[in-house]
Order: sequence, then C-alpha cells, then structure tokens
Amino acid sequence: MNAVNPLPSGERLFISGNEAVARAAWGAGCKVMAAYPGTPATEILEYASRLPEMYSEWSVNEKVSLEVCIGASLAGSRALCAMKHVGLNVASDALMTQTLIGVGGGLVIAVADDVGLSSSQNEQDSRFWGRFAHVPVLEPSDAQEAYDLTRFAFDLSEQFDTPVILRMTTRICHVKGVVGTSQRRPFNSGVGFKKDPARLVMIPTNAKHRIPLMYRREERLQQYSEESNLNLLKEGNDKRIGFVTSGPVFMHIQEAFPESPILKLGMSYPMPTGKIRELASQVEQLVVAEEVEPILEGEIKAAGIQVLGKEILPRIGELAPQVLRPAIAKLLGDARAEETAPPRTLADLPEVKVSMPPPGSSLFPRPPTMCVACPHLGIYYCLSKIRNKAISGDIGCYTLGAGHPWNALDTTICMGASMGVAHGLDKGRTDVDGDQKIIAVIGDSTFMHMGMQGLLDITYNRGNVTILLLDNRAVGMTGGQDNPGSGRDIHGEESPRVDFAKLCEALGVKPERIHEVNPYELPTLFKALREEVKIDDTSVIITNQPCVLVDFYAAKPPLRVEDDKCTGCKNCLDVGCPAIHVTRRETVVKPNGTTKELAFVRIESSACTGCNLCPSTCGPDAIVPVENFIRQ
Amino acid sequence: MSDNSITNILVAGIGGQGVMTAAEILAQTALAQGYDVKKTEVAGMAQRGGVVTSHVRFGDKVLSPAIPPGEVDILVGFEPAESLRWCSHLRKNGVAMVSTTRQEPPVVSLGLFDYPEDPVAQMRAANIRMHAFDAGAIAVGLGNFRLVNTVMLGAISEYLPFSPEILKNVILERFRKHKPKLVEINEQAFEAGRAAQAAH
Ligand SMILES: Cc1ncc(C[n+]2csc(CCOP(=O)(O)OP(=O)(O)O)c2C)c(N)n1
Ligand code: SF4
Ligand code: SF4
Ligand code: SF4
Repeated sequence: MNAVNPLPSGERLFISGNEAVARAAWGAGCKVMAAYPGTPATEILEYASRLPEMYSEWSVNEKVSLEVCIGASLAGSRALCAMKHVGLNVASDALMTQTLIGVGGGLVIAVADDVGLSSSQNEQDSRFWGRFAHVPVLEPSDAQEAYDLTRFAFDLSEQFDTPVILRMTTRICHVKGVVGTSQRRPFNSGVGFKKDPARLVMIPTNAKHRIPLMYRREERLQQYSEESNLNLLKEGNDKRIGFVTSGPVFMHIQEAFPESPILKLGMSYPMPTGKIRELASQVEQLVVAEEVEPILEGEIKAAGIQVLGKEILPRIGELAPQVLRPAIAKLLGDARAEETAPPRTLADLPEVKVSMPPPGSSLFPRPPTMCVACPHLGIYYCLSKIRNKAISGDIGCYTLGAGHPWNALDTTICMGASMGVAHGLDKGRTDVDGDQKIIAVIGDSTFMHMGMQGLLDITYNRGNVTILLLDNRAVGMTGGQDNPGSGRDIHGEESPRVDFAKLCEALGVKPERIHEVNPYELPTLFKALREEVKIDDTSVIITNQPCVLVDFYAAKPPLRVEDDKCTGCKNCLDVGCPAIHVTRRETVVKPNGTTKELAFVRIESSACTGCNLCPSTCGPDAIVPVENFIRQ
Repeated sequence: MSDNSITNILVAGIGGQGVMTAAEILAQTALAQGYDVKKTEVAGMAQRGGVVTSHVRFGDKVLSPAIPPGEVDILVGFEPAESLRWCSHLRKNGVAMVSTTRQEPPVVSLGLFDYPEDPVAQMRAANIRMHAFDAGAIAVGLGNFRLVNTVMLGAISEYLPFSPEILKNVILERFRKHKPKLVEINEQAFEAGRAAQAAH
C-alpha cells in the first residue's frame, strides 16, 4: 500500500471522521495503533496503516487490540485502539482493570456505535462504559472535532493518568467534512517502561489501593468537565427550549433550531452538572437529546434538574432533524412547526405540484446479498437440502445464509457464539428434537476471533457437532481485510498463515474428522456433509476458496444459459447467485391436474465469474461457457 | 433562513454501481469552489448488492450531514426502482436524474417480490420534475458500462450552482492523474450525459 504523504501543518483535508481519528493520532505522536475490523470503525486502522512511521496492526480480536495498546502505553508511548461498539464488550475485561492501573503514554479507545443499526447485531450505547470503568468519554460532533478531540484525548489521558474513551457514531465515522490539521508532534521519549508491581500487578492487595485513586481521578475529571471549554454553551435567543446534547445530534439541533441555546458536551462523562443547572435556569424547558440511551437524562434527573428526554424523543435510531422537528413542535404546541419549515433552494426552478407515491411502501426491499460467485453459496445450497438439522450460525457474510433462498441458519448471537451454542443445542436437547443433527457455521476470521475456544470446549467435553469452517482468506463482511488466515499483515506483507486443519487437530478434533473441501464442488461438499452429520463425533469441514473481494481472486470466463435447453426447473436459483436472473415465469398444469411454477433464467455474463457452481444443479446441462468472451 | 444557500444532492443506487465515486466527485468539485461540504459514505454491508445512498451537502456552512426528507434538490438515481424509492425525499421543486437501466435483486428473481412495471411512469404521474434515460446503454455504447458514473454527472451538470465545465474538469483531472488513457472517453461520456439530459 502506498503511504499517505506526510503533510506540513495547517493542511485542510476532506476526510471522514474515521480518517480524522487516524490522522489526529498520527499527528499526536501516537506510536501504536491496533484494531479488529468492525463497521463503522474499520477505516480508522485502514487509514492509519498508510501513515508513515507509526506501527499499526490488525489484531485477532478487540481484547487483544486493547491489550497491545495497554502494553504500548505502559512502555511509555501513545497508543490508540479502535473498535465497533460490540468490540468493547469483548475488550471490557482488560478495560475494567486497566482503569485501576492508569497509563504511561496516552491511551485512547475509539469506539464506534452503530446508531441506526446499519450493520450490527445490536444498538448498544458505549457511553455506559465510561461510567462503568470510571474513565472520561469524549464525543465529537463532526470530522473536525473527531480530529481535535482525538488529539486532545492523548493529552487528557496523560494529564489524568487514565484511558480515554472517544465515542463515535456512524454519522461521525462515515461522514466526510473539511478538516484542518495541526503540526505533528514527536513520539514520547525519555520515559520508558517503569517497573512498579504495586501499580501494575493487579492482585487484590494492590488493586485495593488503586481503587481510591481511581475515584479521586474521577472527581478531578468532574471538576475539569465543569471548567473545560469542551463543554460549551452555544447561546441562542429563543429561550423556550434549551438543549443539552453530544455527538452528531449537536449538528442536527443547530440545523433544526438555529435560535435555541445548546449546551454541547464534548466531554459527556463526567457530566458538567453545574453548567447544565445554569442552562436550565435560563430557559423555559430543558431538553436532553442523546443517542441512544437516556444516560445523561438519568444523571440530570438524579441531580434534581427538571428535564425532558426520552419522554418526547425516540429511544432508538438517530435524532436527525426530521425526528427532532416534530417532537419539539409537539412540545411547543405546534407553534414552531411552521417557523422551521424547510428552506428552498434552486429557487429559479418553477414549483410543481407533486403527489408523491407513498415512500417506498409498495416497493420490493433490496437487502444485502452474498456476492456473485461467493464461496459461501455452495455451502448454503447444501445445508438447505439437509433434513432434520439445527444450524448454529455466526457473524460474517455467511450470516446472510439465514435469508432467501437458503433459509439455512437458525441462530446468530455474537462473534464465536456458533461453537458454544451448537454444543448447548446438543447437550440441552429435549425429547421432541430426537436425533436432530447439530451443525455450526463459522468464518475464518470469526473462528480466530472467539471461535477457537468454543471448539476446544466442544472437543474437551466430547461434543458432537459438525462444524463448517469457511476459510475465504479474508474478513469479507467488513471489506476483505487480511487476517492470520490470509497470510498477510495489514500492509499486505507476507506473514505466517494459519493452518486451520492443524489448528483444529491441535484443539482436539480427530484428524480423520477434518476435511478440506472446495466449496464450488457441490458433490464433494454434499458427500462430506452427509457423512459427517451421521457420525457421532465432532468434525470440521474446512472450505478453501477465497472471497471474491481479495486482490488475487481470478475470474474465469463466464457461463450462459442455453434457452432451448432450460426447462425452467428453478434448481439453479436455489444457489442464490445474484448473476442468475429470471427471464419469464410460466404455470403449467401437469397430467395429474396439479400446477407447477416454472421460471426460465439467464446468466448476466458481465457479472458471472465462471465459478462453475451452478452447472451441477442443472439436470439438462443448460448452463454452458460463453465462447470467446472478453472481460471489460 | 441561514442555510438558504445549501445545495442538497442525494445519490442513490446499488452497491457496486459507483454511487460513492459520483458523490465523491461532486463533493470534491464543490470543495474546489470554496464551499463547505459534508458527505456521507456508506460502507460495509453495502458492498453486497444492497441499497446505497450518499448525501452531498454544500454551501456556506453545512451543519447536519444528512439531508432531511423533502429537502433534496437533485436526486441522482442510478436505477429506476431506487429512484422511485427515494423520490419522495425531493423538494417540491427538486429534480430527479434517473438512469432507466433496471437491476433486479435476487428477491425479485426468486419470485418473492415484483419489480414495479414502470417506475419512471409512476414518478411522472407524481408530477416529479425529472429526466430519465438509459445511462447504462449510453455507457455500453461508448464501450464500458463503468462510464455510467460520468454520464450521470454530465446529466446533472446543468443543475449545479457552478458551470458544467468545472465539474467536467474535475472528473477529467482525476483520470489524467490515474488513468490518462480514459480521459477522452470520459469526456465523451460527460457530454453524452449532458445531451441526454437536454433531450429527455
Ligand atoms: C465483537 C465484534 N467485532 C467485530 C464485528 C464486525 N464483524 C462482523 S462479522 C466480522 C468478520 C467476518 O469475517 P469472517 O468470519 O471471516 O467471515 P466472512 O465475512 O469473511 O464470510 C466482523 C469483523 C462484530 N460483529 N463483533
Ligand atoms: S465479500 Fe466475500 S465472503 Fe462476503 S459475500 Fe462477497 S464473496 Fe462472499
Ligand atoms: S458460474 Fe453460476 S454460480 Fe458461478 S458466478 Fe456464474 S452464474 Fe454465479
Ligand atoms: S437449473 Fe438449468 S434447466 Fe433449471 S432453470 Fe436453471 S438453467 Fe434452467
């Protein structure tokens, strides 16, 4: 990968919030950055890896990434780890004790909440961790602030001897704006790793002494929060409502209610109670607008300040202008609704009378699908044909196997859960499920993240699960990043590649129960699966074809359907490859009077990669290669 | 109203169609004109055939990055059904630039849902100010379906608060840097888009 040119100070860049975090950390003399990919935080490390001189890595999971950064901090250097919201659940064990230790070099945890659930299994609010771990929480409201607050977070961390949580949301991570940068600061130097067991070895006697220090730090931070201009009042003439807010909601409020006073919390924990009380005394009604849980609201109310929050605003999703406007209008008895009517532009165009179709209502959904030729397609084709089974799934592109046409995934919880849940489905089965086969499906990256321990638990406890380990040489779901299974590091440089068969064997799976298969060869795959579900032991079927996103993926000449041979049997549609399209449907009446639906198909040759999966589902051999094809 | 000068462009399509690139070019052009710009980027799952939208807002000072429904000035629709999906976000006097190249998702292929018979007619019936033409066919006619992007940008160029030449130059400059061989064909695609807009 090409390095981003080191820039002189005072540069103005058009970058996303994620890129701003990476750029700011680099500018703040951060020496180590680590992350496990996860939407919406992934680009922080992708961008960091292209900046010179700083060490960056894909860690195998978020806990390890935080531990790497703790180590780097204790070694004296500034460090930042980045993760999506659920990543901090994984890393929390480290965080909850690290907070007692404090830092060497500044330590920043950038955590991105998926407000609106664009690509996550839940919508949890990471600000809770600040309270739980007694560490400060900073919340940027756009890309520029993501830059400024990241840079500042390192100083705060060192000044108060605390890790700092930088809480982002999708609307910060994935929004580009103009960002002014400042001069790069040198790495920390002169102070290295300071051996101090009473502080760094958290056994009960030592930890006991650290707890009061942590509380004292929190009190000092509370004081700081009251005084700091991170928590700033934006004055406004309309005193009917005063807002307390943080993060991107600050921008939404300014857009919707330009005249309202707003107390904007750049540091939302510890909360500046005094400043909030002051605003409350200046306005008729105080409203707290926060995404997503009523955290500040509870604390404001506990301080005896009258405030409205989730009574009038939704508890899920974004608090965008179109959500705020009607809620506040209602509160004000609609007086405000007209004043805030959307402004017009393109004023030179004549206005037409528009009678809109109901927004999207009658329209088909367009859910994400697996890619054309995805190596997971064949797996789900086979799984959908196995009877009397329960399939414990996991998180990755293969979670889409729960959808059409396969409907072949019965559970998804969190990363790695497929292993333990499968084992529990087996051990906890009741009489009604009889000899139902238990199958688990897990991706390579998920397996290394949290799945390996689950497999060890299964083998150690003599479980009986048939495991499909989908090794596609990439973290597909988040855009095809490298991992220990791809044999390349974050820069694309060669690194040791995990041997999954050996690894499974080492974890206790019998060698004869481990099979490596090509997922495009349906007959082989079927045979392995049919045999293994029958055997009363744990087996692992490992697939060995790459995700189509990887740079070494080699497309072959595409296939096409011979119209006169296609009988409209629809079998190939069960593969679920998006390159296969229906051209026409027909209903035929069979001799016995029953009707049958036929669908005749074509293959979009510009999309088909010739993976050769679908031909083996076609009885009449209607799927054939395109001759003399030149790919654009 | 303080944000009177904000231009709101919603680019909508399907993962892999170049929605992000089109939005990025618009944002860069506005930036070069000295505007404050905000642009959403949707990543992650969008790569796999789902709906993709990007909001581009520019003006003196842009606050919220998301265009509220009903405030879109220009809808750039890379697909007719996706244009229909988002057209209700247009202002009453906004304009939709629609490519009529249809892309049916697997749920339609599987027979679970129907593709609307004529999304463009539905939008016309709703009296939406619109230009609709087959940008995919124009691109393929020029030799590469990836040119759709440039065709669509050419098509909306007359509606921007700066001259079409400025947008064209930004596009061509990008190619000049990375793929000089494609400069000429992109210029043709841009002009073809402009002509299509004028004709439809
Ligand atoms: C704790 C946690 N971290 C990160 C994520 C984001 N995430 C979801 S799936 C996935 C990886 C999937 O990779 P893999 O298992 O190899 O499957 P693929 O997508 O390649 O099929 C990631 C990083 C998450 N959901 N939870
Ligand atoms: S990104 Fe890779 S793993 Fe994910 S659906 Fe596409 S081909 Fe499959
Ligand atoms: S060969 Fe069949 S399954 Fe493979 S990409 Fe082409 S159409 Fe899809
Ligand atoms: S499997 Fe073969 S015969 Fe059946 S619909 Fe597909 S192409 Fe036609």
